[in-house]
Amino acid sequence: MTATGSESGTRACTVCLHGPLRKLAGGHAELRIEGTTVLELLRELERQHPDLAGWVLDERGRIRRHINVFVDGERGREPTAVAPGVRVEVLPAITGG
Amino acid sequence: MTELVVGTKKGLFVLNGEPGSEFEVMARAFDGQPIDFATRDPRSGRLLAGVTSPFYGPKIFYADDPAAEWEQADGVALPEGGEQALERIWVIAWGEEDGLVYAGGDPGVLFESHDGGRTWELNAGLWEQPSRPHWQPGGGGLCLHSIVTWPGDPERLAVAVSAAGMWLSEDRGATWRRSNAGIAPRYLPEEALADENAGLCVHHVERAPRRPERLFMQFHGGIFRSDDAGENWTAIGDGLPSDFGFPLTIDPADPDSAFVIPLVADMDRVTPEGRVLVYETRDAGESWTPRGDGLPAEHAYLTVLRQAFSRTGEGEGLELYFGATSGELFGSGDAGGSWATVASRLPPIYSVVAV
Repeated sequence: MTATGSESGTRACTVCLHGPLRKLAGGHAELRIEGTTVLELLRELERQHPDLAGWVLDERGRIRRHINVFVDGERGREPTAVAPGVRVEVLPAITGG
Repeated sequence: MTELVVGTKKGLFVLNGEPGSEFEVMARAFDGQPIDFATRDPRSGRLLAGVTSPFYGPKIFYADDPAAEWEQADGVALPEGGEQALERIWVIAWGEEDGLVYAGGDPGVLFESHDGGRTWELNAGLWEQPSRPHWQPGGGGLCLHSIVTWPGDPERLAVAVSAAGMWLSEDRGATWRRSNAGIAPRYLPEEALADENAGLCVHHVERAPRRPERLFMQFHGGIFRSDDAGENWTAIGDGLPSDFGFPLTIDPADPDSAFVIPLVADMDRVTPEGRVLVYETRDAGESWTPRGDGLPAEHAYLTVLRQAFSRTGEGEGLELYFGATSGELFGSGDAGGSWATVASRLPPIYSVVAV
């Protein structure tokens, strides 16, 4: 599915979702979301798609331990700054047993 | 026909079968995900599952048909913006009113639902306990694993937290108080018990429904009984090969009954001498009798976790079922007199509920 979202202007980033997160985001694999940090992007993502609440961020506002976020290929954390137009991947980590 | 709802390290399984025989796997759900606890509400027929995805965090889901679409329940979370996050759902239990359901989790939290498990809210009385910052987790985290209702009286409730001990409420959970008198852990010096926050690692608690002031407790080394609704506890583990273990169940028809599955010790959590035995008391812990006809009798070093022992029926019709982390599931259709292998190649079993 192509990128969508309420913000599609030049300030927006492309957020890419995988696994069950796509279904919770209404079937979208990519969304155009505005924000200046990874945390702002993820909060806005939850606001637009409430079914995602609690799946990527926990109650403390932290990215869950086994979720990885990459900003244009570099590992990002909550305060990581995001420039307009970057690609943000939200991926399950390598874990389990 | 008996139904077993089984939570495993790799999904939820629903099995059907006749007591005393092998069961058939009827459905699997949440493939690959840990199911710490799953059950079916006998009042509504609704299935509820506590799913702790290692990626996406703990959730409760519900469905009427395990093979159909499961819905995520709302409200299973701690307050936003705090310093703690919900780690796991350990147990789901039915309240004493229509639609009332409880869930216990880590970090030592109780949720309640008034609509059969669709929406939940955190029990504020327990969450706001002033001593909470001093509560100590056990090896499995700060888990609230036992929710013990009082038959016919929704005001009275008991919960157990590893390792914050037993808690009682007489006002539907609005306020709570400790109830640990007589519990003497071997892993602490006696002087340490003067501190009310000394870690008390309760493993499982059950109430005798025909005499609800009677409770049985499997402790982290020790089995205890209370005859006064949890105010005081008496050790009843003499006569067992070990008083260490996790699960415990009872025969609802007999207030003097309890069943335990001893493990060697906290440093060796397997069945003693390579033999799987359930121990039964019918005199409130004065004596214990091994029940193992049909269970593995040699080279069987199994671990049975706290939610993996269940019952249905009572008296002569009592059925008992337990699962091990080996993926083996055993059952008895005659109150423990004889046993059969119900399933033998499931993933590591976390919980068993017989319906």
